[in-house]
Amino acid sequence: MNAWLRQHGQSLRHTAGRLRAAPFAALANVLVVGVVLALPLSAYLAVAHVQAITGSLRAEPQVSVFLAPGISKADSANLEMRLKNTTGVRSVRFVSRDTALANLKSAPGMGDVVATLRDNPLPDAYIATLRDEGDSAADTAEQLEQQLKALPGIAHVQADSAWVRRLGALLRVGRTVVLLLAGVLSLALVAVTFNTIRLQILTQREEIEVSKLMGATDAYVRRPFFYWGGFLGAAGGLAALLLVDLGRVLINRDLARFGDFYGVDLRLGFLSVEDALAFLVFATLLGVLGAYLSVSRHLSHIQPR
Amino acid sequence: MAQAAISFSSVSKRYPGGREALSGIDFSIQPGEFVLLTGHSGAGKSTLLKLIPAIERASSGTILVNGQNVSALNARGVPFLRRNLGLIFQDQKLLFDRSVLDNVMLPLQLTAQPWRDAQRRARAALDKVGLLERERANPVALSGGEQQRLCIARAVVNRPAILIADEPTASLDDEYADTIMDMFQSFNQVGVTVLVATHDLDLVRRRHPRMIALENGRLAGVGRAAEPAPPAATPGPA
Repeated sequence: MNAWLRQHGQSLRHTAGRLRAAPFAALANVLVVGVVLALPLSAYLAVAHVQAITGSLRAEPQVSVFLAPGISKADSANLEMRLKNTTGVRSVRFVSRDTALANLKSAPGMGDVVATLRDNPLPDAYIATLRDEGDSAADTAEQLEQQLKALPGIAHVQADSAWVRRLGALLRVGRTVVLLLAGVLSLALVAVTFNTIRLQILTQREEIEVSKLMGATDAYVRRPFFYWGGFLGAAGGLAALLLVDLGRVLINRDLARFGDFYGVDLRLGFLSVEDALAFLVFATLLGVLGAYLSVSRHLSHIQPR
Repeated sequence: MAQAAISFSSVSKRYPGGREALSGIDFSIQPGEFVLLTGHSGAGKSTLLKLIPAIERASSGTILVNGQNVSALNARGVPFLRRNLGLIFQDQKLLFDRSVLDNVMLPLQLTAQPWRDAQRRARAALDKVGLLERERANPVALSGGEQQRLCIARAVVNRPAILIADEPTASLDDEYADTIMDMFQSFNQVGVTVLVATHDLDLVRRRHPRMIALENGRLAGVGRAAEPAPPAATPGPA
């Protein structure tokens, strides 16, 4: 156990020695890895951000039925029954004109507008939430809209799910793009470590040869390269986090100004501590993977003669 | 009879392409012996020495080192075989990116010796070859003879039971070569089995060690070097 720890300590010292010997070359490598990782990371943050903003908007299809002013209580109750009994409708909610006004007042950016009103221009309304069954729900919403429009006592019918659903579809595209980007750039990271380690193996060829002649096991020879790959991944990951956070801070100044016009906070959030750690672990593992592939490919060619 | 330190039985080595470097080699070396491997260049001395630490593998035959069957050893076992051997190479194989001391420390680091112990033992080895005051120097700054001594220090730092040297005196003048041979002899006197390949017979004649002579990859003779004849008895040109 003690010897085992000492061996790893020695490999770490070895790696640290390499770092001290060529700090700028190492820094350049770390930066390359950092930039490679920063791309998918920032794309992920952007998609997550849009998702968070639209998350408050319910993606379930809804049909809003605005009642004509002066409709009788009986007609209103009839309409509620009719809505509830329509297939595809999950629930029906009554929103009185007073509630609607209060909601509007609290909505982002609308407080000032509402304050200028002398009396409440809003109608009573029923909001029917449909069962979310994919595209068929959108069809149901449209059918319902057509049916209800013709009824007396109804001022306006609006199926308000469509754009949210379209946005949702767009977000799915965004997520897929982020996944693809992450996949491709993970490959790039593995390739960068692969090549860096290959160069290191070539420059340390003599040392490896002599070590093998003196009785170094393959594990002993490999270990420092694994550490180096892990270091590249981890330091590159950290560089990516810093780069993206720097970009976020710069963009947030402009976003905050833009959001002010609408009275909303549009500022980008950052990764949670857990996510950032998971990201670093992932980057480290990719680095080790690159090192593993490179070492398996190149080390066996070095046999002392 | 005690187990031989090194024994070869009908060992042959054929390189790819068909050239037979060694054929039908039989000999054994007892623990504590000082043996000289002689022959012209190209006789197969280096190849024979490389078979012992499994740098080259025999095409046929059996090689035993300290009772361990090298011919049957798999790649995993090779490092552990080499740790028990002190090797001195014809091309030295020193590392010029580190100090003299760090060169000697290398074999100890492979076995994860505690840092302080390793340093102490490396200094002791350097002291034995008279290089202690040069421990901070880069090997490139050493003379040819000093580099050779550094190789010896690195070979003995692990206190191997067997010391193997390939032409350790090739590039040295006679006086210096003699010092190097004295060193091998002093290691031999404390019980280390020593096998040295050389083509320079004059140098070793007065030590009259046991000799194994190679000629064109075959064993030409095993015996003891003759005592140097007194100068007066040398037959002059008639």
